[in-house]
Amino acid sequence: MTFGRDKLAWNAVLWIVLLTMPYWMGAIGGYTELASRVVILGLAAMSLNFLLGFTGVLSFGHAAYFGLGAYGAAMSLKFFAPSTALAIVVGIVVGTLAAAAIGALIVKLRGVYFAMVTIAFGQVFYFITFRWNSVTGGDDGVTGWHRAPLRLGFATIDILGNDKAFYYLVLLLFAVAAGIMAMLLRSPLGRTLIAIRENERRARFLGIPVERHIWISFVISGGFAALAGTLYALLSNFTDPRSLHWTLSGNFVIMAVLGGMRSFWGPLIGAAIFVVLQDYVSSHTENWMSFIGLFFVLVVTFFPRGVLGIIKRRVAS
Amino acid sequence: MTQLLLFNVFNGLIVGAFYALMALGLSLILNLSGVINFAHGGFLAIGAYLAYALMPTIGFWGALIVAPFLTALLGLVVERVLIRRLYGRDPLYSLLLTFGLAYILEDGTRYIWGAQSLPFPIPAWLTTPLSSEFFFLTGYRLFMVLLVAIAVGGLFLILNRTRLGIRIRAGTLDLETVSVLGVNIGVLRNLNFGLGIYLAGLAGVLAAGMLGLQPTIGTSLIMPSFVAIIVGGLGSLPGTLLGGLLIGVASGVTTVFFPSATEAVMYVMMGLVLLVRPRGLLGEEGRTQ
Repeated sequence: MTFGRDKLAWNAVLWIVLLTMPYWMGAIGGYTELASRVVILGLAAMSLNFLLGFTGVLSFGHAAYFGLGAYGAAMSLKFFAPSTALAIVVGIVVGTLAAAAIGALIVKLRGVYFAMVTIAFGQVFYFITFRWNSVTGGDDGVTGWHRAPLRLGFATIDILGNDKAFYYLVLLLFAVAAGIMAMLLRSPLGRTLIAIRENERRARFLGIPVERHIWISFVISGGFAALAGTLYALLSNFTDPRSLHWTLSGNFVIMAVLGGMRSFWGPLIGAAIFVVLQDYVSSHTENWMSFIGLFFVLVVTFFPRGVLGIIKRRVAS
Repeated sequence: MTQLLLFNVFNGLIVGAFYALMALGLSLILNLSGVINFAHGGFLAIGAYLAYALMPTIGFWGALIVAPFLTALLGLVVERVLIRRLYGRDPLYSLLLTFGLAYILEDGTRYIWGAQSLPFPIPAWLTTPLSSEFFFLTGYRLFMVLLVAIAVGGLFLILNRTRLGIRIRAGTLDLETVSVLGVNIGVLRNLNFGLGIYLAGLAGVLAAGMLGLQPTIGTSLIMPSFVAIIVGGLGSLPGTLLGGLLIGVASGVTTVFFPSATEAVMYVMMGLVLLVRPRGLLGEEGRTQ
């Protein structure tokens, strides 16, 4: 582990990169929307990693909460009120409630079985949105709405027409979410979660209610994934059942692993690599699925520790 | 109404038999090696398309016999080259690996045979309805149920009567002891994986005869197979069989009364089972930890 000055310097570099991203993204062949996507999917991967890397529980169905957030936000804007803030709140509430309900059903399972049940449950909401045409628009998704300008009372920020303004809204919410997650991990709760990850039996013998803690972690993780989902829907002014599909869950996991599961910022780095790669490959070939699949195989075979894991090891030795 | 209900129950039974065939293969691999094989659906598609490719030369019956074996062969190679090195590591890694393989297999079939669906010709005498009153009882459907029954019976015969099967079952209970007793568990896991993939390939050929060929044929069948395993009980093959048939019939019956919930009903069942009996209907105690 590197402490003190080094860590501070790395954090400074990270935030400078994030704050200036819309301005140099164009120069390297990207665009502002891509920058927003990196931050949003990075948030999703980081919230998954709260569970995966810091509680040691393998959830393979996080697209469900992400997608419910997206649907919550889209439907709030379409049917209730043209308020972006309300849409975000609705999305988070919907996703968190779903995570709370499903979390309660599965906390007794462990390891590979936990993973399997989360995968299967992830699909429930996919089928509901896919089939419930009259409300969700079925396969076509929720269309015919757009994000509303932010009204702050003294000023109105046009996040609809100005995509840089929207990027900074995303970044602000990302910063708040990352701050809360970091704080939680440093709190007694976070320490307890890490203790469960390291040795569940010992934690249990110490009198820690393991199931309840895993449930809490699952709900927190689902809630932040839902936040990411709301932003994802707002980004494209559109959402469809694919935002709930299990393939997206798998993408979140590979982002976390690729960046480094044991590090706080790792999943963001993984998301950046994955999103840019996917964007590049899918605009150059029809067979992007093969490339992404090959990428999965290569990462698992050669970089199981992830980018930050490798760097940390180099620094330590 | 009765006829409609009967039709859908029977239909559900067929679909359930598919789920069970696929879930049994998944279950075999999961129980012995702790690997959730996401690529199972991809292998199913390979089996179906191989049969399609072979049919002009060796006919339907030849393809039905040869294609699943070729699929299993591919499975043996994949296990040997890629999956083997991940045993003993966090199950996360094998899950991601097979997930990537699922992408590659689906895209590969699309690349070779195209994205549009292809017809899969079956012998004419199998397609005629057996009676005009029960129009849904075509020969092919009965044939499919029969074949699944034979395959499942054969699987349980292998597991209970052959040396390989007994070793697989023993390894499921305690792999370390089996290894200490002198069984090469590398080979055992390899053959077990091939056996599971064989079932996927067979399910692929049968599914193609009923649904036609599409690159996504496997991906649409994999989730119900997971549900079948969970409902039936983790670690129990009879449970998996029961789970598959149950959710098949349940979605068949739901189609009659509430068509838009056809897929959702199996997840509701899964939720109820987990609520009342977390280890599944026939699951052994302690396997879920």
